[in-house]
Amino acid sequence: MNNSIKSLLAVLFGLLAGALLMAVTGHNPVEGYKFLIQGGLKSPERIGNTLATATPLILTGLSVAFAFRTGLFNIGAAGQMLFGGFCATAVGLSVDLPRALLLTLMVLAGFIGGALWALIPGILKARYNVHEVVSTIMMNWTAYWTVYYVIPGYFKGESLETESRQLPPEAMLHASWLSDMFQGSYINLGFFIGVVAVLVVAFLINKTTLGYELKAVGFNRHSAEYAGIAVKRSIVLSMFIAGGIAGLAGVAQYAGNASSLQIGVLPSQGFDGIAVALLGANAPLGVMLSALFFGLLYSGRGFMNAMTEIPPEIADSIIAIIIYFAATSILIERLIRKWKVRKPRAPHSAANKKQGEREHVDNA
Amino acid sequence: MWTTLEQIFPYAIVFTIPLLITALGALFSERSGVVNIGLDGLMIVGSFIGAFVVSKMQAQFGGSWWVLWVGLLAAAAASALFSLLHAFASINLSANQIISGTAINMIAGALTIFLARNITGSGNIRITSGFRPFDFPLLSDIPIIGDLFFTNTYITTWLVLILLLVSAFILYKTPFGLRLRACGEHPHAAEAAGIRVRAMRYVGVMISGAFAGLGGAVILMTYSGEFTGNVAGLGFLALASLIFGQWKPFGILAATFFFGFASTVANVSQVIPQLAVIPPVILKIFPYVVTLIALVIFSKSSNAPKAVGEPFDSGKR
Repeated sequence: MNNSIKSLLAVLFGLLAGALLMAVTGHNPVEGYKFLIQGGLKSPERIGNTLATATPLILTGLSVAFAFRTGLFNIGAAGQMLFGGFCATAVGLSVDLPRALLLTLMVLAGFIGGALWALIPGILKARYNVHEVVSTIMMNWTAYWTVYYVIPGYFKGESLETESRQLPPEAMLHASWLSDMFQGSYINLGFFIGVVAVLVVAFLINKTTLGYELKAVGFNRHSAEYAGIAVKRSIVLSMFIAGGIAGLAGVAQYAGNASSLQIGVLPSQGFDGIAVALLGANAPLGVMLSALFFGLLYSGRGFMNAMTEIPPEIADSIIAIIIYFAATSILIERLIRKWKVRKPRAPHSAANKKQGEREHVDNA
Repeated sequence: MWTTLEQIFPYAIVFTIPLLITALGALFSERSGVVNIGLDGLMIVGSFIGAFVVSKMQAQFGGSWWVLWVGLLAAAAASALFSLLHAFASINLSANQIISGTAINMIAGALTIFLARNITGSGNIRITSGFRPFDFPLLSDIPIIGDLFFTNTYITTWLVLILLLVSAFILYKTPFGLRLRACGEHPHAAEAAGIRVRAMRYVGVMISGAFAGLGGAVILMTYSGEFTGNVAGLGFLALASLIFGQWKPFGILAATFFFGFASTVANVSQVIPQLAVIPPVILKIFPYVVTLIALVIFSKSSNAPKAVGEPFDSGKR
């Protein structure tokens, strides 16, 4: 079945489950969704905020999706994003350059920071076959504590112990023409980083030899090796690039949507990236669309919460349920297939039936 | 130095226990062949149900001793039920187990806070009192050992240690344990021998759910006293402990104690002169870095169940 249909069905079921959840807890689902959508799209400002909220999700989703194409599960996007954002913040706070140069340097620092953070799990996977799920989790916590102590130690905020100094205006991704266009929204140049990253990754995956090799490794590591592809190099490179993209999410978040880096928390966008990638079927354009959808849910929930009694966590609940349905989309496929098969099928022999079942499972 | 160690030990044990029980549960799941990355979520569910049941009952029955036990049971049962979502996805639907586990984490994190906010308005649920630490009679008088292991202990610590022994016995000395392990190593051979692989995997996942729920509830009833919607990534740490402990009950005990001890040292380092000279960041990242190094060392001789993470398909023999 087509991936986009699967994703749409998962979204539909997630929204239905969300409605059920609202109804069960004594709220009006129709009102809930009305205010949720209005909160995200009602005015140019809200649309801009939706795009800004979606920006880090585009990048973390892209990071997870890219790694997934190489058969790697990057659960460490949160740590890579945090460390990339930290590197960019450190540059923004300590380097004095013309704005264009400074921003370029910050983006570069963010990319490199995230990339290096993912490089370690990549090397451990390629060289020692250490499962990346565990090693990236360890890297998440290492980033968490490193930033936790380095920020107050060297970049302490003016008043709060729990965040870095505010970035100076020239070290931020804000652009007045863009905010004006969206009537005061906090949308910023980070959005363009996201769009460019989507285009670059789409080109890389679909049009280059490197992309072909990475995908081949993702499909079947052993046959890729047999075909002469340097599998280990591909794994390391894929993690490096995936980490770099997650690092860019940190730049977009901490120098764009926020103006300082908060310590004591792993950015939730890192984990949401897994959801974004899954819903987007690991395709760059799909990632973009699903990130925008999640951005809508996240930016609209505040308005919904203000207008109704529904807790804002309904948005996270809907997303979580969507992901469960996306992960179990086989269930939907089976139901559809059963429904299709039932009508024309004449009674088969037992052997035929067994054969049919076997094919069925293999296709799944 | 000795007095410091004496002071640290009870805290280290208190921190170790929820990790231990959760990792022990994951051992059943992985030995049966199902990767369970949803431990964090299952712990959160346990902590939520535990907090909900205990706070409601404490309002009605005050501090009766059995209320907390009912809370523990309810937490284990609720997480076992919740883990069915993961079991169904990964056993019947051949879903990617890591994605399914991630979905479990997300659903648990979002849903419990959503419900808690509907109940309390703030999203946090407090219980009025948890288990109280006590000195083990007689044993706490033994020199050295008594001070380290038997003073300021919680009843849940002993419960979990008993569960550890029982689990080790079940896994290695009973037909059930042998069958369960067979499902994680050679599911097709197991099936040929007449074992119902899918049913065994369901049991494995549900035990892991129950134990993780217990872990979440133990955190609540010993050192936190409040449901806040997360367990600080302890579920992931339990998963790392399982691998660090090489999928063996006593290996897990050692790995979780290592984490418990290292975290406690890092937490108290500032008040201990000998430790205060080490930058706290080093102490904090120490357990994670050591785990990475351990993974590299173990990578040559991994004891991971051979079929873990692979969907079982009878047709693919």
